[in-house]
Order: sequence, then C-alpha cells, then structure tokens
Amino acid sequence: MSSADNGPGAEDLTRLDAAELARRVQAREVSSVEVTRAHLERIEAVERTGLNAFLHVAADAALAAAAAVDDEIAAGTVRGPLAGVPVAIKDNMITRDMPTTCASRILDGWRPPYDATVVRRLREAGLVPLGKTNLDEFAMGGSNENSAYGAVRNPWDPARVPGGSSGGSAAATAVGETPLALGSDTGGSIRQPGAFTGTVGVKPTYGTVSRYGLVAFSSSLDQIGPFGRTVLDAAMLHEVVGGHDPCDQTSIDAPLPPVVEAALAGARGDLAGVRVGVVNELSGEGFQTGVLSAFTDAVRVLTELGAEVVEVSCPSFTLGLPAYYLIAPSEASSNLARFDAMRYGLRVGDDGSRSTDEVMSATREAGFGAEVKRRIMIGTHALSAGSYDALYGKAQKVRTLVVRDFSAAFERCDVLVSPTVPTTAFPIGDRVDDPVSMYLADLCTIPANLAGIAGLSVPCGLAAEDGMPVGLQVMTPALADDRAYRVGAAYELARDTASGVPFASTVPDPAALQGAS
Amino acid sequence: MTTVEAAPYTVEEVCERFDPVMGLEVHVELNTATKMFCGCRNEFGAEPNTNICPVCLGLPGALPRVNARAVESAVTIGLALNCSVRERSGFARKNYFYPDMPKNFQISQYEDPIVFDGYLDVPLDDGSTWRVEIERAHMEEDTGKSLHMGGATGRIHGADYSLLDYNRAGVPLIEIVTRPIVGAGTRAPEVARAYVSALRDVVKGLGVSDVRMDQGSMRCDANVSLMPKGSSTFGTRTETKNVNSLRSVERAVRYEMGRQAGVLLSGGTVRQETRHFDEQSGTTSPGRAKETLADYRYFPEPDLVPIEPSAEWVEGLRKELPERPWERRARIQSDWGLSDEELRDLVNADALDLVAATVDAGASSESARSWWVSYLAQQANTQGVALTELAITPEQVARVIALVSEGTLTNKLARQVVDGVLAGEGSPDDVVAGRGLAVVSDDSALTAAVDEALAAQPAVAEKIRAGKTKAAGAIVGAVMKATRGQADAARVNELVLERVGASS
Repeated sequence: MSSADNGPGAEDLTRLDAAELARRVQAREVSSVEVTRAHLERIEAVERTGLNAFLHVAADAALAAAAAVDDEIAAGTVRGPLAGVPVAIKDNMITRDMPTTCASRILDGWRPPYDATVVRRLREAGLVPLGKTNLDEFAMGGSNENSAYGAVRNPWDPARVPGGSSGGSAAATAVGETPLALGSDTGGSIRQPGAFTGTVGVKPTYGTVSRYGLVAFSSSLDQIGPFGRTVLDAAMLHEVVGGHDPCDQTSIDAPLPPVVEAALAGARGDLAGVRVGVVNELSGEGFQTGVLSAFTDAVRVLTELGAEVVEVSCPSFTLGLPAYYLIAPSEASSNLARFDAMRYGLRVGDDGSRSTDEVMSATREAGFGAEVKRRIMIGTHALSAGSYDALYGKAQKVRTLVVRDFSAAFERCDVLVSPTVPTTAFPIGDRVDDPVSMYLADLCTIPANLAGIAGLSVPCGLAAEDGMPVGLQVMTPALADDRAYRVGAAYELARDTASGVPFASTVPDPAALQGAS
Repeated sequence: MTTVEAAPYTVEEVCERFDPVMGLEVHVELNTATKMFCGCRNEFGAEPNTNICPVCLGLPGALPRVNARAVESAVTIGLALNCSVRERSGFARKNYFYPDMPKNFQISQYEDPIVFDGYLDVPLDDGSTWRVEIERAHMEEDTGKSLHMGGATGRIHGADYSLLDYNRAGVPLIEIVTRPIVGAGTRAPEVARAYVSALRDVVKGLGVSDVRMDQGSMRCDANVSLMPKGSSTFGTRTETKNVNSLRSVERAVRYEMGRQAGVLLSGGTVRQETRHFDEQSGTTSPGRAKETLADYRYFPEPDLVPIEPSAEWVEGLRKELPERPWERRARIQSDWGLSDEELRDLVNADALDLVAATVDAGASSESARSWWVSYLAQQANTQGVALTELAITPEQVARVIALVSEGTLTNKLARQVVDGVLAGEGSPDDVVAGRGLAVVSDDSALTAAVDEALAAQPAVAEKIRAGKTKAAGAIVGAVMKATRGQADAARVNELVLERVGASS
C-alpha cells in the first residue's frame, strides 16, 4: 500500500505524537492497524535511504497485534492509555517472537524462548511492537558505529552519528518510523542519542524499570527507559514499562513516581519555587560553543518560568568518566563470559580437531567486535588479583563520592541541569580510532548512572555552528523522576511557544530528501 | 613428563618427622524444593535437561533471585555449627570458563559469607571428642554435569565427545570450610573421617539435605600439607577432590600424608595442585595442571542485593535446632538400655529414627526395635528399597504392636497384617478387617474345631487320653490349620486336653 491510499492531503499519522495516536485509536477515529501500517510504510521508505535504524521489522506480527487491539477496542476494552500505539524495541531486550542480536555476530541465529519483562508489559498494555532497533554491539558505544550490522545515520545529517548506544531507537523515533521506542542507558545510552537526534530520552531511577530480559552490559548501571518526541509521550511509555518486578532483585518495591501526572502538570503550570542547580563541572571548557549557548538559553527559559537557578559544584564528577570505564567493563567482562558457543548463537571452529577451550576462543574471537573485546580485556584486567584494589576497588570509591556529591547538591536543589553532551552529533568515522574521545561524549551523563538517579534529556534547540540538535539534561534524586518530567514538560512548552513550531516537526525527512535528489 | 610417585610411608612413619595439617571443604547440596536462584525443581535423577529455565541456563537477560528457603537452611547449618550469622552478607561472582557452568561464572560468596567462626565437637572412635574449628560456610550454586563419552577414563582427556546435563546447574550448595586442623598427628585420617561423618549426621538431623555422598549431595575436598615436626609454618598443600565416601576421606588423607612425606624425604618439593582420588587404588593423582594460581576475579554480584537476616529470625531458627545426633543417640541408648553393639546395629540399619518414632507412637522399644531390624529390614531387603522407603509408617508399626499385645493378633498374624499394609491394603485395622485376620477367641468355635480334629484322628485322641499329652500337638496343629492360624495355640492346647479328659 502506498501513502496515496490515505488520499491527497490526508494527515500523516507518523507525524502525530503517541498521546494523540492513542486518543484517536481509542476513540476509534483511526484504527491501530492503520496507524501501524503507516509506520511500517514509513520504516520501509526511511530505511531505503540507509538510515539503518532497524535490525528486524516484524510487519505481520505488528499488524496482527494491532488488529487484536482494534477488536478489543471495538468490544469496549482498552488495555491501557497507549493501547494501539506502535513501539520499537532496542535489540538488547529479549523477545520470544523476534531475534535478539545485541547487534553482535555472536548471537547469530539465536531465537530467545522468553520475553523481557518490559516487552511483556508492552504487549499486556496493548502497544504494538514494530521491530528491533540497531545499537552499538552489546550497548557498548556512543555512536552506534560499533554495530555488527552497520552504523545508524542521524536523520538531521546522514553523515553524522545518531549517538549511542540506543542510536537506532533514537533515530527511528526522531524520524517518525515509530512514535515511541525503548532504549537502555548504562552511561548515557538513552540521553546522549536523545540529545543527538532531537528526541526526548529518559534514564529512570535505577531499579524502577525491570532489567529482566535486558541483555546485561553492566548490571549495576544498566537501566531501560523511554524515547518519545514529547516529554508526555516518554512519560506515558515510562509508566507502561516501569514498576516493581520480582524477577529482578534490584528492582525497587515502591510505587513508580507519578511521571505522567508530572508531565501534564509541567505543561500546564510554571516552575515557581523549583530550585534548579547548574552543575559547574558539567559545562564550560571543552564544550562546543553552540551547545553552551543553547544550554544557557534553556537555563534562561527555566528562570523565566519561575525556577530559582543556582550554581552547584560536584567535584567528584570529573572522576566519573574514568571510574565508569573501569566499573562497566569489569561487569561486562563477567556478563559476556556466557557467550561461549556451547549453548546458543555462533559456533566457530567446531570441526572435531579443536578442544572446547579452542572452540570457545575461536568463537569469541570471531563473534565479538573490537570495542567489545577492548572492554572485556579492560574489565578482566581491572578485576584481576593484582589490579583489583587499584582499579575496580578505587572506581567503586569514586562511585561513593559521586553519590555524596549528588546528595549534597540535592539538599540545595530539586533538580540539577547540564548539557546532555558536550558536543553535538559528530561525523561518522570521526572518533572510531580514538576511543577516549568517543568516551568523552558520556561525560555529563555518567554521574547519574553511577549514583542510580534519574536523568532526562529534552531537546533545547540547535547549535548555531552546525545546525545539529542540543539536549538539556535534567537530573533528579532517586525515585523523584517526576520532577524531571515536570521541568522537561514546562521547558518543552515554553520552547515551542517561543519558536512557534513544535521542535519535533522540524526534523528533516530523509525519505523526502532522497526523493528530491 | 610422568612423575613416579614415591612409595607411601605409613602414617606413623610420617608423623615421626612431620606434623600433618588439614583443611576440609565440604559441599552440601540442599534439598530445597527449587533451585538457588530460580523456580526449577531441585531433584536428583530426573531426565537430563528437564529441570531448566532461562535463569539456570544463564540465557542472556535472565536474572537470579534468591531462594529464601536456601538462606534459611544455610543459617540453620551455621547455627548447628556454632557459627555467627552475618548481619549483611552479599553474593559474589567467581569467574572461570567451563562448559558445565552456563554463565561461565558461579554465583557464590566471597568476603562476607552468611555464617562464620564456628566449631564442631567431633566424636572419635575412642569416645573422646576433637574440636574442629569452622572458618565459614557460604551459599553458592552448583554447576551442571559433564558426561565425557568414549575414551577409557570417563575424564575429559581422551573423550570422543561430551554431554551436558544442566539439571544440577543452580542447585543450592553450602560450602563448609574448616580452619586448618593442626595437631592431630597420626589420628589425622581418623579426625578427617570423623569430622565429615559428624557433619553429615548434623546436617541430616537438620533435614536440610539428603547428605548422600554416593549421590554427590555431600562432597569433600581434602587439603593436606606436612610441616616438619616442631615447625609452625605450614607446608605446601594439595587439594584432593573426588572423595566420595567416609572411608575415602580417611584413605585420601592417609595416602597424601604418605606421598608428601615421600616427596619431602627424597629432597623434593610438594607441588601445590589439585589431585584426584582413585577409589580403586586408594591413591591420588594430579588433576588439571595449574602452574599458576587460578584468578577467579571475584567481585560483588551486581544482580543481587545483600541478605540481611534479622536477629529475631535468627533466634527463631536457633530455638528450632534439634538435639545433636550423638547426644540424642546417647540419650536413647540409656533410655532404652541398649548395649553399644545394639545401638550400632540400629544406626547402621538406618533404623534409629524409625524405631524412635515407633516408640513415640506408643510401642515398647524392644518390640519396635525387633520389628524394624528383623522383619521389616527383611522386607526392605527383598523389595530392594531403603528401610525408610518401606510403605509403612512408624505409627502403623506401633498399631500392629498394640494389636499383638492386646491379644487381637498373634505374631504370625501380625506379620500378615504388615504384609497387607506394605501391599497397600490400608491401615493395620483395615487389613485385619479386610483379610479377616483377628485371633479366634470364641471358645465354642474352637471347641467345635477341636472335637472335629479329635474325631478325625481317634488314635491320637487315644494316646492323649492315655497320658501322652505331648501328642496333643498334632491336634493343635490340625486346629490351627483349620482356623488358618487365627487361634491362640496355647488356648487350643488347653481345650484339647479338656475335651479328651486327659487333664488328670
């Protein structure tokens, strides 16, 4: 079916946000099947341009799920506020009806026998999974260039990266392939690509979204969270997947913060009485000029909305990056040990002439990409008897200091803000030979992971020098995620009111561009 | 390179020059209904790879969750071993690659084991006790099982291929580690066996494990080293694995003492290594060569939160602790007036608990003991099952005994009743009613049967009448046969004499 079937001048459903789609589907103004089909067509058109955001598109299953939701709605049952709305899933979350690759060769051919808790919750809430999105292999990377299935392009400029590791989910959401997507954030892997693609991305408080069925990169840091084109959409998806799960013992047995309510409140009211702290260590030298000026403008808007802005200092944050790059690889070296060719996925060299150890080695050599191997080696070293205290042990101490700095800052402030990333999206290939410069992209996002607190990135305009989106990061204490949504929603409305046009509608359309060329 | 082992010295010879030091690590598989970190059934002997799920298979994305019952069992074992219970105890990952370990790390405990610093007073053969200090006991998950096919040894080297069974992967284990056992001298092998034996009894008494060494639900690794007499600096130790019976514990320690003495006395040095005990030859041989110490890269398990047992809960468990097995045995021995030999027979027959339960249900200790060690033991033997697996309860045995003592059953009838219970015919009373087995105590019915028998054998009747009262036995036999054994033979004898008028 082509878009012509919608009739001349028909509204493009892929431009609508999730809240509006949900309203229309549930009011039976449009069917979930129509919405789903429009997004599948959009995926086909955009992927043809080489965006490469999807690793797997489950068209038939999506249409069947949509039809089932339509039938239920016709019979008077609405499973949840987002029933009938399509969603994309980062391909490091386990799905029983779709492959799960983590963008790694080592999981070639594996069909999981179960659903991740978040996937189960999506299905139970009547959302329609469209497919699995591209990522840096095992979520290790900040540019999506580490995918075994090729880099994802940034819709704002196909020559640039979309960020990572949830680059596929971010790009797909930005460009309207899906209104919503799930990502995972270990050191910024939702917020950073959110900033790079001009989408809203949220890392919830650690332990508030189940990790059961998320292929672990760094268990103590990983957190699943939502992408949307609006703060409200992200909040609605957050509420679907969040909440206690007995299958994850690090899951907090407490009510989820009222994030949807907060997003709605933020869009209705002002920010009078909200104390906003600007973190000194997360802006300034080394930051791109356009990023700093967009951030400064955003802080000014918050002030105009009535927030009380103060500067705070968190000295330990400068140590966050090196600490993170010891803790995360350490856990990863252990988490990824299970990929050994014995039970599932790739097996290399099993020709009868090799021992078990040799087959394991050959498979891991062939199945893992360079960045994954680098981190396994760093982590193995950091945990080894001679280095543990000086590396892993010391990094854990830094983590304690980061927690303390946050606690002190949150005594003075309700939320903390910073640019989400020091720069805008960089050109593909620019940093692949320089891992350390790649790691610097996580500078502002890592502290929230180390402390287990919540962070939200909301677009705050474009950098003047390159026209690429900039993100405003809003961080809150643990279990106060709702504050980030309130501030984010208030800012978002003020931003769009000032420009006169919804920011989300300004993303270039790769399909149209290619059609024109 | 093959190493020719020196001929072992006897323990006495070894101890003229050296003091042995031992460290015993015992793994106990808990008998919880489910595994340590998932809901899969924990059972021995199921079809391979049937009790498995994403968690115990270590599939990507799956996460462990702690079995609360296993924690309770671990704390209970710790309390029984006089250990302290840690207020905050975490899990750790032990990293190494092996195909029977699905995640290539084992979830264990490292720096903060759940219980620590205890002791066990171990009874020795001569009636004295030896205090073995417990360093720690910690929780961990078992690995799967590798089955190496082809090749001569059943070990991985030389095998054609290997099969993996993950049913055991994730089964809860408690590893109990002693402090170095020093000063046992020539008694070291005995102390080792007595310790493992006492530990087995204690754990069995707690009901938290089957502690079957033959099935691997209790496994012992024996660390042995020698130091020159008078020295307090430990020598290099070896760790002997595959020690699968109490006897093997003793033999393995004895062999290692002799072997190490041989190495040292010939000017060599003992290599720190893992050794494998061979049941057939009673010797140990080097296992996988480990030139360097394995680095397991332990670090805190990030998928689990620490366990914080409350003091009230721990005290509750302490109150529930049963009597120590040997203390209980001593009490029973004196209560029942048993000789050492009688007690040992009961213990060896695995009948002590059954007899005790039968006594608790009202039977005398003599009759309870007699039933369990003779008739019921024979039946178990015939059926090829353990005594405890017989389909009769101590309460039912006590009921049979009561029926005999109140005269409803003869001993012979009682055995038939027991047979009926074992055959699934219901309770002893059900069998008595169903088979019509009660003693015939109605004299008129018996008199009729006696008269009939006398009439059938007039010559015998004449003999009796003539004073040969012993001849009455033939008539009694006929009556017993006619009543299918349900008569009281003594009463029948009286009636016979009465009817022929022989009773002077």
